[in-house]
Amino acid sequence: MNAPCDPGAQTPILDLAADFPILSRPLHGRRLAYLDNGATTQKPAAVIEAEARFYRESNANIHRGVHWLSQHATELYDGARATVQRFLNAARADEIVFTRGTTEAINLVAQSWGRPRLAAGDEILLSTMEHHSNIVPWQLVCEQTGAVLKVIPVRDNGELDMAAFAGLLGERTRLLAITHVSNALGTVNPVAEMTRRAHEMGAVVLVDGAQAVAHQAVDVQAIGCDFYAFSGHKLYGPTGVGALYGRAELLRHMPPWQGGGDMIRTVAFDNTTFAPPPQRFEAGTPNIAGAIALAAAIDYVQGVGLARIHVHEQALLDYGTRALAAIPGVRLVGTAERKAGILSFLVDGIHPHDLGTILDAEGVAIRAGHHCAMPLMTRFGIPGTARASLGLYNGLADLDALVAAIHKAQELFGTRGGTASGNGRVA
Amino acid sequence: MSGMQDSLRELYQEVIFDHNRNPRNYRPLPAANHHADGHNPLCGDQLTVYLQVEDGIVRDSSFVGHGCAISTASASLMTEAVKGKPVAEVEALFRDVHALLTEGREAADPARDFGKLEVLSGVKEFPARVKCATLAWHTLHNALVGEHETAHTE
Repeated sequence: MNAPCDPGAQTPILDLAADFPILSRPLHGRRLAYLDNGATTQKPAAVIEAEARFYRESNANIHRGVHWLSQHATELYDGARATVQRFLNAARADEIVFTRGTTEAINLVAQSWGRPRLAAGDEILLSTMEHHSNIVPWQLVCEQTGAVLKVIPVRDNGELDMAAFAGLLGERTRLLAITHVSNALGTVNPVAEMTRRAHEMGAVVLVDGAQAVAHQAVDVQAIGCDFYAFSGHKLYGPTGVGALYGRAELLRHMPPWQGGGDMIRTVAFDNTTFAPPPQRFEAGTPNIAGAIALAAAIDYVQGVGLARIHVHEQALLDYGTRALAAIPGVRLVGTAERKAGILSFLVDGIHPHDLGTILDAEGVAIRAGHHCAMPLMTRFGIPGTARASLGLYNGLADLDALVAAIHKAQELFGTRGGTASGNGRVA
Repeated sequence: MSGMQDSLRELYQEVIFDHNRNPRNYRPLPAANHHADGHNPLCGDQLTVYLQVEDGIVRDSSFVGHGCAISTASASLMTEAVKGKPVAEVEALFRDVHALLTEGREAADPARDFGKLEVLSGVKEFPARVKCATLAWHTLHNALVGEHETAHTE
Protein backbone atom coordinates (compact mmCIF):
# COMPACT_ATOMS: atom_id res chain seq x y z
CA MET A 1 0.00 0.00 0.00
CA ASN A 2 1.55 3.27 -1.07
CA ALA A 3 1.26 6.36 1.06
CA PRO A 4 0.63 9.57 -0.82
CA CYS A 5 4.00 10.91 -1.93
CA ASP A 6 3.39 14.43 -0.68
CA PRO A 7 5.00 14.48 2.78
CA GLY A 8 2.53 17.17 3.81
CA ALA A 9 -0.46 14.96 3.04
CA GLN A 10 -2.46 13.66 5.97
CA THR A 11 -2.80 9.95 6.49
CA PRO A 12 -5.99 8.08 7.36
CA ILE A 13 -6.36 7.78 11.14
CA LEU A 14 -9.39 5.54 11.65
CA ASP A 15 -9.68 1.77 11.49
CA LEU A 16 -13.29 1.01 12.35
CA ALA A 17 -14.44 -1.54 9.78
CA ALA A 18 -14.70 -4.15 12.53
CA ASP A 19 -17.60 -2.18 14.05
CA PHE A 20 -19.67 -2.83 10.90
CA PRO A 21 -20.77 -6.47 10.57
CA ILE A 22 -21.61 -6.31 6.85
CA LEU A 23 -18.07 -5.26 5.95
CA SER A 24 -16.73 -8.66 6.94
CA ARG A 25 -18.89 -10.49 4.40
CA PRO A 26 -17.09 -11.32 1.17
CA LEU A 27 -18.70 -10.24 -2.11
CA HIS A 28 -18.36 -12.53 -5.15
CA GLY A 29 -15.46 -14.21 -3.34
CA ARG A 30 -13.67 -10.89 -2.88
CA ARG A 31 -13.16 -8.58 0.07
CA LEU A 32 -15.97 -6.01 -0.06
CA ALA A 33 -14.77 -2.48 -0.79
CA TYR A 34 -17.92 -0.51 -0.04
CA LEU A 35 -17.59 2.87 -1.73
CA ASP A 36 -21.25 3.80 -2.13
CA ASN A 37 -21.67 5.76 1.09
CA GLY A 38 -23.27 8.65 -0.75
CA ALA A 39 -26.20 6.35 -1.53
CA THR A 40 -26.38 4.85 1.93
CA THR A 41 -23.95 3.96 4.70
CA GLN A 42 -23.50 0.64 6.45
CA LYS A 43 -24.59 0.32 10.06
CA PRO A 44 -22.39 -0.32 13.08
CA ALA A 45 -23.36 -3.12 15.46
CA ALA A 46 -24.31 -0.44 18.01
CA VAL A 47 -27.07 0.85 15.72
CA ILE A 48 -28.35 -2.58 14.72
CA GLU A 49 -28.42 -3.54 18.39
CA ALA A 50 -30.19 -0.32 19.44
CA GLU A 51 -33.04 -0.97 17.02
CA ALA A 52 -33.28 -4.65 17.99
CA ARG A 53 -33.10 -3.82 21.71
CA PHE A 54 -36.00 -1.38 21.39
CA TYR A 55 -38.20 -4.11 19.92
CA ARG A 56 -36.95 -6.69 22.42
CA GLU A 57 -37.23 -4.58 25.55
CA SER A 58 -39.06 -1.29 25.10
CA ASN A 59 -41.61 -1.50 22.29
CA ALA A 60 -44.87 0.40 22.80
CA ASN A 61 -46.59 3.32 21.14
CA ILE A 62 -45.65 6.79 22.32
CA HIS A 63 -47.56 9.79 23.68
CA ARG A 64 -50.69 7.85 24.54
CA GLY A 65 -50.23 5.13 27.07
CA VAL A 66 -50.45 5.35 30.80
CA HIS A 67 -48.69 2.03 31.04
CA TRP A 68 -45.00 1.88 31.84
CA LEU A 69 -43.77 0.61 28.46
CA SER A 70 -45.49 3.45 26.64
CA GLN A 71 -43.98 6.03 28.94
CA HIS A 72 -40.59 4.37 28.58
CA ALA A 73 -40.83 4.37 24.75
CA THR A 74 -41.90 8.03 24.85
CA GLU A 75 -38.86 8.90 26.95
CA LEU A 76 -36.55 7.11 24.52
CA TYR A 77 -38.17 8.85 21.54
CA ASP A 78 -37.96 12.28 23.18
CA GLY A 79 -34.39 11.46 24.15
CA ALA A 80 -33.61 10.75 20.50
CA ARG A 81 -34.99 14.18 19.60
CA ALA A 82 -32.71 15.78 22.18
CA THR A 83 -29.76 13.87 20.71
CA VAL A 84 -30.53 15.28 17.24
CA GLN A 85 -30.91 18.74 18.75
CA ARG A 86 -27.43 18.57 20.31
CA PHE A 87 -26.01 17.02 17.14
CA LEU A 88 -27.09 20.01 15.04
CA ASN A 89 -26.63 22.48 17.92
CA ALA A 90 -30.25 23.59 17.60
CA ALA A 91 -31.38 25.99 20.32
CA ARG A 92 -34.39 23.89 21.34
CA ALA A 93 -35.54 20.28 21.06
CA ASP A 94 -38.92 21.33 19.64
CA GLU A 95 -37.09 22.66 16.59
CA ILE A 96 -36.42 19.06 15.54
CA VAL A 97 -39.15 17.28 13.54
CA PHE A 98 -38.65 13.59 12.79
CA THR A 99 -39.39 12.70 9.17
CA ARG A 100 -38.89 9.72 6.86
CA GLY A 101 -35.73 11.38 5.62
CA THR A 102 -34.39 14.42 3.80
CA THR A 103 -36.93 14.13 1.00
CA GLU A 104 -39.90 14.24 3.34
CA ALA A 105 -38.32 17.08 5.32
CA ILE A 106 -37.99 19.21 2.18
CA ASN A 107 -41.53 18.35 1.07
CA LEU A 108 -42.76 19.36 4.51
CA VAL A 109 -41.18 22.81 4.15
CA ALA A 110 -42.42 23.16 0.57
CA GLN A 111 -46.01 22.35 1.50
CA SER A 112 -46.26 23.83 4.98
CA TRP A 113 -44.02 26.88 4.73
CA GLY A 114 -44.03 27.47 0.97
CA ARG A 115 -47.51 26.73 -0.27
CA PRO A 116 -49.43 29.12 2.00
CA ARG A 117 -46.90 31.96 1.63
CA LEU A 118 -45.71 31.93 -1.96
CA ALA A 119 -47.52 33.93 -4.62
CA ALA A 120 -47.24 34.34 -8.38
CA GLY A 121 -43.90 35.84 -9.32
CA ASP A 122 -42.18 34.96 -6.03
CA GLU A 123 -38.81 33.37 -6.60
CA ILE A 124 -37.27 30.22 -5.16
CA LEU A 125 -33.51 30.16 -5.62
CA LEU A 126 -31.71 26.84 -5.87
CA SER A 127 -28.70 25.53 -7.78
CA THR A 128 -27.85 23.32 -10.73
CA MET A 129 -26.17 20.83 -8.39
CA GLU A 130 -29.29 20.03 -6.35
CA HIS A 131 -30.46 16.46 -5.86
CA HIS A 132 -33.88 15.86 -7.39
CA SER A 133 -35.30 15.89 -3.86
CA ASN A 134 -34.36 19.57 -3.57
CA ILE A 135 -35.80 20.41 -7.00
CA VAL A 136 -39.05 18.52 -7.50
CA PRO A 137 -40.80 19.58 -4.23
CA TRP A 138 -40.20 23.20 -5.28
CA GLN A 139 -41.47 22.56 -8.81
CA LEU A 140 -44.66 21.16 -7.27
CA VAL A 141 -45.12 24.21 -5.03
CA CYS A 142 -44.42 26.49 -8.01
CA GLU A 143 -47.26 24.82 -9.91
CA GLN A 144 -49.52 25.33 -6.90
CA THR A 145 -48.63 28.97 -6.26
CA GLY A 146 -47.26 30.49 -9.46
CA ALA A 147 -43.85 31.01 -7.87
CA VAL A 148 -40.85 30.50 -10.16
CA LEU A 149 -37.50 28.72 -9.80
CA LYS A 150 -34.20 30.55 -10.30
CA VAL A 151 -31.09 28.45 -10.68
CA ILE A 152 -27.55 29.29 -9.52
CA PRO A 153 -25.15 27.95 -12.17
CA VAL A 154 -22.19 25.69 -11.45
CA ARG A 155 -18.65 26.40 -12.68
CA ASP A 156 -16.54 23.88 -14.57
CA ASN A 157 -14.74 22.77 -11.39
CA GLY A 158 -18.05 22.03 -9.65
CA GLU A 159 -18.22 25.13 -7.46
CA LEU A 160 -21.23 27.41 -7.39
CA ASP A 161 -20.93 30.58 -9.43
CA MET A 162 -21.09 32.98 -6.48
CA ALA A 163 -21.17 36.08 -8.68
CA ALA A 164 -24.25 34.69 -10.39
CA PHE A 165 -25.72 33.88 -6.98
CA ALA A 166 -25.35 37.52 -5.95
CA GLY A 167 -27.02 38.61 -9.17
CA LEU A 168 -29.93 36.18 -8.79
CA LEU A 169 -30.74 37.20 -5.22
CA GLY A 170 -33.38 39.87 -5.46
CA GLU A 171 -36.48 41.52 -4.04
CA ARG A 172 -38.63 38.61 -5.16
CA THR A 173 -36.40 35.91 -3.68
CA ARG A 174 -38.47 34.31 -0.95
CA LEU A 175 -36.44 31.15 -0.37
CA LEU A 176 -32.94 29.86 -0.95
CA ALA A 177 -32.88 26.04 -1.06
CA ILE A 178 -29.29 24.87 -1.30
CA THR A 179 -27.36 21.68 -0.73
CA HIS A 180 -24.62 21.75 1.88
CA VAL A 181 -22.57 19.12 0.02
CA SER A 182 -23.17 18.01 -3.58
CA ASN A 183 -23.95 14.29 -3.72
CA ALA A 184 -22.61 14.01 -7.27
CA LEU A 185 -19.50 16.21 -7.06
CA GLY A 186 -18.59 16.44 -3.38
CA THR A 187 -18.51 20.25 -3.50
CA VAL A 188 -18.94 21.82 -0.04
CA ASN A 189 -20.95 24.99 -0.49
CA PRO A 190 -20.40 28.14 1.61
CA VAL A 191 -23.84 27.83 3.19
CA ALA A 192 -23.19 30.24 6.09
CA GLU A 193 -22.18 33.05 3.75
CA MET A 194 -25.04 32.26 1.37
CA THR A 195 -27.49 32.27 4.28
CA ARG A 196 -26.25 35.66 5.45
CA ARG A 197 -26.67 37.15 1.99
CA ALA A 198 -30.10 35.59 1.48
CA HIS A 199 -31.23 36.90 4.87
CA GLU A 200 -30.09 40.39 3.89
CA MET A 201 -32.64 40.16 1.08
CA GLY A 202 -35.31 38.91 3.48
CA ALA A 203 -35.33 35.35 2.10
CA VAL A 204 -35.71 32.19 4.13
CA VAL A 205 -32.99 29.53 3.78
CA LEU A 206 -33.26 25.73 3.64
CA VAL A 207 -30.05 23.70 3.62
CA ASP A 208 -30.10 20.09 2.36
CA GLY A 209 -27.63 18.40 4.67
CA ALA A 210 -28.08 14.81 3.44
CA GLN A 211 -24.45 14.52 2.28
CA ALA A 212 -22.94 16.72 4.98
CA VAL A 213 -23.88 15.49 8.44
CA ALA A 214 -21.81 12.28 8.35
CA HIS A 215 -18.64 14.02 7.25
CA GLN A 216 -18.27 17.27 9.19
CA ALA A 217 -19.67 18.87 12.33
CA VAL A 218 -22.84 20.85 11.55
CA ASP A 219 -24.00 23.78 13.68
CA VAL A 220 -27.30 25.19 12.43
CA GLN A 221 -26.97 28.29 14.60
CA ALA A 222 -23.52 29.03 13.19
CA ILE A 223 -24.84 28.54 9.64
CA GLY A 224 -27.83 30.66 10.56
CA CYS A 225 -30.20 28.80 8.24
CA ASP A 226 -33.92 28.56 8.88
CA PHE A 227 -34.30 24.90 7.91
CA TYR A 228 -31.80 22.05 7.76
CA ALA A 229 -32.72 18.55 6.54
CA PHE A 230 -30.89 15.23 6.78
CA SER A 231 -31.43 11.47 6.57
CA GLY A 232 -30.48 8.87 9.15
CA HIS A 233 -29.36 6.24 6.68
CA LYS A 234 -26.53 8.35 5.29
CA LEU A 235 -25.32 8.84 8.88
CA TYR A 236 -24.82 5.14 9.73
CA GLY A 237 -28.42 5.03 11.01
CA PRO A 238 -31.47 3.17 9.70
CA THR A 239 -33.48 3.91 6.56
CA GLY A 240 -36.90 5.50 6.91
CA VAL A 241 -35.96 8.13 9.48
CA GLY A 242 -34.45 11.59 9.24
CA ALA A 243 -35.01 15.00 10.67
CA LEU A 244 -35.91 18.55 9.83
CA TYR A 245 -34.50 21.39 11.88
CA GLY A 246 -36.74 24.45 11.69
CA ARG A 247 -36.37 27.68 13.60
CA ALA A 248 -39.05 27.77 16.29
CA GLU A 249 -40.30 31.15 15.08
CA LEU A 250 -41.06 29.71 11.64
CA LEU A 251 -42.39 26.30 12.70
CA ARG A 252 -44.84 28.00 15.10
CA HIS A 253 -46.61 29.72 12.20
CA MET A 254 -46.64 26.79 9.82
CA PRO A 255 -49.86 24.79 9.35
CA PRO A 256 -49.89 20.99 9.46
CA TRP A 257 -49.21 19.30 6.13
CA GLN A 258 -50.47 15.84 7.06
CA GLY A 259 -53.40 15.15 9.34
CA GLY A 260 -53.85 12.28 11.74
CA GLY A 261 -53.24 11.10 15.24
CA ASP A 262 -50.52 12.55 17.40
CA MET A 263 -50.58 15.93 15.65
CA ILE A 264 -53.80 17.27 17.17
CA ARG A 265 -54.76 18.91 20.43
CA THR A 266 -58.50 18.28 20.20
CA VAL A 267 -60.65 16.89 17.42
CA ALA A 268 -64.30 17.74 16.90
CA PHE A 269 -66.27 17.74 13.67
CA ASP A 270 -66.77 21.49 13.89
CA ASN A 271 -63.32 22.43 15.16
CA THR A 272 -60.02 20.58 15.36
CA THR A 273 -57.03 22.23 16.96
CA PHE A 274 -53.46 21.25 16.36
CA ALA A 275 -50.59 20.39 18.62
CA PRO A 276 -47.61 22.74 18.75
CA PRO A 277 -44.42 21.85 16.86
CA PRO A 278 -42.85 19.37 16.53
CA GLN A 279 -45.89 17.08 17.09
CA ARG A 280 -47.92 19.18 14.65
CA PHE A 281 -45.70 17.81 11.87
CA GLU A 282 -45.54 14.20 13.01
CA ALA A 283 -48.97 12.78 12.16
CA GLY A 284 -49.45 9.12 12.92
CA THR A 285 -47.22 6.71 14.76
CA PRO A 286 -43.69 7.70 13.84
CA ASN A 287 -40.70 5.46 13.17
CA ILE A 288 -40.01 5.13 16.89
CA ALA A 289 -37.37 2.41 16.67
CA GLY A 290 -35.76 4.23 13.75
CA ALA A 291 -35.49 7.50 15.69
CA ILE A 292 -33.92 5.67 18.63
CA ALA A 293 -31.47 3.87 16.35
CA LEU A 294 -30.69 7.19 14.65
CA ALA A 295 -29.75 8.57 18.06
CA ALA A 296 -27.50 5.54 18.55
CA ALA A 297 -25.84 6.34 15.20
CA ILE A 298 -25.29 9.93 16.30
CA ASP A 299 -23.79 8.67 19.58
CA TYR A 300 -21.50 6.40 17.57
CA VAL A 301 -20.38 9.14 15.19
CA GLN A 302 -19.84 11.59 18.04
CA GLY A 303 -17.95 8.93 19.98
CA VAL A 304 -15.54 8.66 17.06
CA GLY A 305 -15.57 12.43 16.68
CA LEU A 306 -16.62 14.35 13.58
CA ALA A 307 -13.33 16.25 13.54
CA ARG A 308 -11.41 12.97 13.33
CA ILE A 309 -13.82 11.57 10.74
CA HIS A 310 -13.24 14.69 8.68
CA VAL A 311 -9.45 14.38 8.87
CA HIS A 312 -9.63 10.68 7.98
CA GLU A 313 -11.93 11.16 4.99
CA GLN A 314 -9.99 14.14 3.69
CA ALA A 315 -6.83 12.02 3.74
CA LEU A 316 -8.64 9.29 1.79
CA LEU A 317 -10.06 11.85 -0.63
CA ASP A 318 -6.59 13.21 -1.23
CA TYR A 319 -5.16 9.73 -1.80
CA GLY A 320 -8.04 8.71 -4.06
CA THR A 321 -7.89 11.92 -6.08
CA ARG A 322 -4.19 11.38 -6.80
CA ALA A 323 -4.64 7.68 -7.52
CA LEU A 324 -7.47 8.25 -10.00
CA ALA A 325 -5.74 11.20 -11.65
CA ALA A 326 -2.71 8.96 -12.21
CA ILE A 327 -4.71 6.47 -14.31
CA PRO A 328 -4.51 7.36 -18.02
CA GLY A 329 -7.99 7.84 -19.42
CA VAL A 330 -9.63 8.74 -16.10
CA ARG A 331 -11.16 12.18 -15.67
CA LEU A 332 -12.47 13.53 -12.36
CA VAL A 333 -15.74 15.44 -12.46
CA GLY A 334 -15.92 17.93 -9.59
CA THR A 335 -12.63 19.40 -8.46
CA ALA A 336 -13.82 22.11 -6.09
CA GLU A 337 -11.39 23.51 -3.58
CA ARG A 338 -13.55 22.38 -0.66
CA LYS A 339 -14.83 18.85 -1.14
CA ALA A 340 -16.30 16.06 0.95
CA GLY A 341 -15.24 12.46 0.28
CA ILE A 342 -16.84 12.01 -3.13
CA LEU A 343 -14.91 10.98 -6.25
CA SER A 344 -17.01 11.30 -9.40
CA PHE A 345 -15.18 10.21 -12.52
CA LEU A 346 -15.33 9.05 -16.12
CA VAL A 347 -13.15 6.46 -17.80
CA ASP A 348 -12.50 6.97 -21.52
CA GLY A 349 -14.30 4.43 -23.68
CA ILE A 350 -16.14 2.77 -20.78
CA HIS A 351 -19.69 3.79 -19.94
CA PRO A 352 -20.26 4.27 -16.18
CA HIS A 353 -22.78 1.41 -16.09
CA ASP A 354 -20.36 -1.05 -17.70
CA LEU A 355 -17.73 0.13 -15.23
CA GLY A 356 -20.10 -0.34 -12.29
CA THR A 357 -20.85 -3.93 -13.33
CA ILE A 358 -17.18 -4.80 -13.79
CA LEU A 359 -16.12 -3.18 -10.51
CA ASP A 360 -18.88 -5.04 -8.70
CA ALA A 361 -17.50 -8.36 -9.90
CA GLU A 362 -14.23 -7.29 -8.25
CA GLY A 363 -16.00 -6.64 -4.94
CA VAL A 364 -15.93 -2.85 -5.38
CA ALA A 365 -19.35 -1.26 -4.83
CA ILE A 366 -19.75 2.16 -6.42
CA ARG A 367 -22.67 4.09 -7.87
CA ALA A 368 -22.95 4.65 -11.60
CA GLY A 369 -25.43 6.98 -13.21
CA HIS A 370 -26.88 10.44 -12.83
CA HIS A 371 -27.00 10.36 -9.00
CA CYS A 372 -30.50 11.88 -8.99
CA ALA A 373 -28.92 15.07 -10.29
CA MET A 374 -29.96 15.06 -13.96
CA PRO A 375 -29.72 18.85 -14.44
CA LEU A 376 -26.12 18.71 -13.21
CA MET A 377 -25.25 15.89 -15.64
CA THR A 378 -26.86 17.90 -18.45
CA ARG A 379 -24.77 20.91 -17.42
CA PHE A 380 -21.61 18.82 -17.80
CA GLY A 381 -22.89 17.23 -21.01
CA ILE A 382 -22.57 13.68 -19.70
CA PRO A 383 -25.12 10.89 -19.17
CA GLY A 384 -23.71 10.12 -15.74
CA THR A 385 -20.55 9.35 -13.84
CA ALA A 386 -19.04 6.59 -11.78
CA ARG A 387 -18.95 7.70 -8.16
CA ALA A 388 -16.90 6.40 -5.26
CA SER A 389 -18.11 7.97 -2.01
CA LEU A 390 -16.25 7.54 1.25
CA GLY A 391 -17.30 6.65 4.77
CA LEU A 392 -15.52 6.56 8.10
CA TYR A 393 -14.73 2.82 7.80
CA ASN A 394 -13.00 3.09 4.43
CA GLY A 395 -9.25 2.77 4.20
CA LEU A 396 -6.50 2.97 1.63
CA ALA A 397 -7.12 -0.70 0.76
CA ASP A 398 -10.60 0.20 -0.54
CA LEU A 399 -9.15 2.85 -2.83
CA ASP A 400 -6.39 0.49 -3.97
CA ALA A 401 -9.11 -2.06 -4.80
CA LEU A 402 -10.96 0.62 -6.77
CA VAL A 403 -7.86 1.50 -8.77
CA ALA A 404 -7.04 -2.15 -9.46
CA ALA A 405 -10.62 -2.79 -10.61
CA ILE A 406 -10.53 0.21 -12.97
CA HIS A 407 -7.31 -1.18 -14.49
CA LYS A 408 -9.08 -4.50 -14.90
CA ALA A 409 -12.01 -2.84 -16.67
CA GLN A 410 -9.63 -1.01 -18.99
CA GLU A 411 -7.92 -4.30 -19.80
CA LEU A 412 -11.26 -5.95 -20.52
CA PHE A 413 -12.34 -3.07 -22.76
CA GLY A 414 -8.93 -2.84 -24.38
CA THR A 415 -8.54 0.77 -23.31
CA ARG A 416 -5.61 0.31 -20.93
CA GLY A 417 -3.16 3.13 -21.21
CA GLY A 418 -5.85 5.63 -22.03
CA THR A 419 -6.18 4.86 -25.73
CA ALA A 420 -9.90 5.32 -25.99
CA SER A 421 -11.10 2.68 -28.40
CA GLY A 422 -14.72 3.27 -27.55
CA ASN A 423 -16.99 4.52 -30.23
CA GLY A 424 -16.57 8.06 -28.99
CA ARG A 425 -20.27 8.60 -28.61
CA VAL A 426 -20.13 8.59 -24.84
CA ALA A 427 -18.43 11.56 -23.25
CA MET B 1 -12.51 -17.31 -10.06
CA SER B 2 -15.97 -16.91 -8.58
CA GLY B 3 -19.26 -17.37 -10.39
CA MET B 4 -19.57 -13.62 -10.72
CA GLN B 5 -16.33 -13.36 -12.69
CA ASP B 6 -17.50 -16.20 -14.95
CA SER B 7 -20.81 -14.43 -15.53
CA LEU B 8 -18.96 -11.23 -16.30
CA ARG B 9 -16.92 -12.92 -19.00
CA GLU B 10 -20.04 -14.54 -20.44
CA LEU B 11 -21.62 -11.12 -20.80
CA TYR B 12 -18.61 -9.09 -21.90
CA GLN B 13 -17.57 -11.21 -24.85
CA GLU B 14 -15.61 -10.02 -27.86
CA VAL B 15 -18.82 -9.73 -29.90
CA ILE B 16 -20.09 -7.11 -27.44
CA PHE B 17 -16.83 -5.15 -27.49
CA ASP B 18 -16.69 -5.33 -31.28
CA HIS B 19 -20.22 -4.00 -31.73
CA ASN B 20 -19.65 -1.34 -29.06
CA ARG B 21 -16.48 -0.08 -30.73
CA ASN B 22 -17.83 -0.31 -34.26
CA PRO B 23 -21.60 -0.30 -34.13
CA ARG B 24 -23.17 -1.54 -37.39
CA ASN B 25 -25.79 0.52 -39.20
CA TYR B 26 -25.05 3.50 -37.01
CA ARG B 27 -26.64 6.28 -39.05
CA PRO B 28 -29.98 7.94 -39.67
CA LEU B 29 -31.97 6.34 -42.49
CA PRO B 30 -33.41 8.94 -44.91
CA ALA B 31 -35.61 6.29 -46.57
CA ALA B 32 -37.08 5.13 -43.23
CA ASN B 33 -40.85 4.95 -43.03
CA HIS B 34 -40.86 3.77 -39.42
CA HIS B 35 -38.86 5.14 -36.52
CA ALA B 36 -39.09 5.43 -32.76
CA ASP B 37 -37.12 6.86 -29.86
CA GLY B 38 -35.99 4.88 -26.84
CA HIS B 39 -34.86 6.32 -23.54
CA ASN B 40 -33.67 4.79 -20.32
CA PRO B 41 -33.68 7.76 -17.94
CA LEU B 42 -31.96 5.78 -15.20
CA CYS B 43 -28.87 5.22 -17.37
CA GLY B 44 -29.24 8.17 -19.69
CA ASP B 45 -29.23 5.73 -22.61
CA GLN B 46 -30.98 7.18 -25.62
CA LEU B 47 -31.46 5.91 -29.13
CA THR B 48 -33.55 6.23 -32.28
CA VAL B 49 -34.31 3.16 -34.38
CA TYR B 50 -35.09 3.58 -38.11
CA LEU B 51 -36.78 1.02 -40.32
CA GLN B 52 -37.50 0.98 -44.02
CA VAL B 53 -40.40 -1.41 -44.50
CA GLU B 54 -41.61 -2.35 -48.00
CA ASP B 55 -44.18 -5.02 -48.90
CA GLY B 56 -44.16 -6.24 -45.32
CA ILE B 57 -40.40 -6.73 -45.31
CA VAL B 58 -37.80 -4.79 -43.28
CA ARG B 59 -35.53 -3.74 -46.16
CA ASP B 60 -33.16 -1.65 -44.07
CA SER B 61 -32.63 -0.77 -40.44
CA SER B 62 -30.33 1.54 -38.53
CA PHE B 63 -29.93 3.41 -35.24
CA VAL B 64 -28.27 6.43 -33.65
CA GLY B 65 -27.85 7.31 -29.98
CA HIS B 66 -25.60 6.74 -27.04
CA GLY B 67 -25.42 4.27 -24.21
CA CYS B 68 -23.37 1.64 -22.47
CA ALA B 69 -21.60 -1.21 -24.25
CA ILE B 70 -24.52 -3.58 -23.67
CA SER B 71 -27.17 -1.27 -25.07
CA THR B 72 -25.02 -0.18 -28.02
CA ALA B 73 -24.06 -3.75 -28.93
CA SER B 74 -27.66 -4.91 -28.55
CA ALA B 75 -28.89 -2.19 -30.93
CA SER B 76 -26.12 -2.91 -33.41
CA LEU B 77 -26.76 -6.67 -33.41
CA MET B 78 -30.48 -6.03 -33.71
CA THR B 79 -30.21 -3.86 -36.81
CA GLU B 80 -28.22 -6.65 -38.49
CA ALA B 81 -30.64 -9.37 -37.39
CA VAL B 82 -33.85 -7.78 -38.64
CA LYS B 83 -32.74 -6.77 -42.11
CA GLY B 84 -34.53 -8.67 -44.85
CA LYS B 85 -37.02 -10.29 -42.47
CA PRO B 86 -40.81 -10.05 -42.81
CA VAL B 87 -42.38 -7.79 -40.18
CA ALA B 88 -44.23 -10.70 -38.56
CA GLU B 89 -40.95 -12.55 -38.16
CA VAL B 90 -39.28 -9.48 -36.65
CA GLU B 91 -42.09 -9.22 -34.13
CA ALA B 92 -41.65 -12.90 -33.26
CA LEU B 93 -37.91 -12.32 -32.89
CA PHE B 94 -38.62 -9.35 -30.56
CA ARG B 95 -40.77 -11.59 -28.35
CA ASP B 96 -38.16 -14.35 -28.30
CA VAL B 97 -35.25 -12.00 -27.56
CA HIS B 98 -37.26 -10.38 -24.80
CA ALA B 99 -37.98 -13.82 -23.33
CA LEU B 100 -34.32 -14.82 -23.68
CA LEU B 101 -33.08 -11.72 -21.85
CA THR B 102 -35.64 -11.62 -19.09
CA GLU B 103 -36.60 -15.26 -18.47
CA GLY B 104 -33.98 -17.38 -20.19
CA ARG B 105 -33.58 -19.65 -23.19
CA GLU B 106 -36.36 -22.02 -22.13
CA ALA B 107 -38.94 -19.23 -22.33
CA ALA B 108 -38.22 -18.62 -26.02
CA ASP B 109 -39.34 -20.68 -29.02
CA PRO B 110 -37.23 -23.88 -28.85
CA ALA B 111 -36.82 -23.77 -32.62
CA ARG B 112 -35.40 -20.24 -32.52
CA ASP B 113 -31.80 -19.93 -33.69
CA PHE B 114 -30.55 -16.73 -32.06
CA GLY B 115 -27.23 -16.77 -33.83
CA LYS B 116 -25.01 -13.90 -32.70
CA LEU B 117 -27.83 -12.55 -30.50
CA GLU B 118 -27.22 -15.44 -28.13
CA VAL B 119 -24.38 -13.39 -26.59
CA LEU B 120 -26.94 -10.98 -25.11
CA SER B 121 -28.36 -13.74 -22.90
CA GLY B 122 -25.45 -13.10 -20.52
CA VAL B 123 -27.35 -10.13 -19.03
CA LYS B 124 -29.74 -12.50 -17.26
CA GLU B 125 -27.18 -12.78 -14.46
CA PHE B 126 -27.14 -8.99 -14.09
CA PRO B 127 -30.71 -7.90 -13.30
CA ALA B 128 -29.70 -4.24 -13.18
CA ARG B 129 -28.44 -4.46 -16.76
CA VAL B 130 -31.31 -6.31 -18.48
CA LYS B 131 -32.95 -3.02 -19.40
CA CYS B 132 -29.76 -1.94 -21.20
CA ALA B 133 -30.06 -4.91 -23.55
CA THR B 134 -33.83 -4.65 -24.07
CA LEU B 135 -34.06 -0.91 -24.80
CA ALA B 136 -33.29 -1.19 -28.52
CA TRP B 137 -35.77 -4.04 -28.91
CA HIS B 138 -38.63 -2.19 -27.22
CA THR B 139 -37.85 0.75 -29.46
CA LEU B 140 -37.89 -1.52 -32.52
CA HIS B 141 -41.28 -2.85 -31.47
CA ASN B 142 -42.63 0.69 -31.05
CA ALA B 143 -41.30 1.65 -34.47
CA LEU B 144 -43.08 -1.31 -36.06
CA VAL B 145 -46.43 -0.79 -34.38
CA GLY B 146 -46.27 2.96 -35.04
CA GLU B 147 -46.21 3.80 -31.35
CA HIS B 148 -45.09 7.42 -31.05
CA GLU B 149 -44.47 7.34 -27.34
CA THR B 150 -40.78 7.06 -26.47
CA ALA B 151 -39.94 3.52 -25.39
CA HIS B 152 -38.70 3.30 -21.84
CA THR B 153 -36.91 0.58 -19.98
CA GLU B 154 -36.19 1.14 -16.33
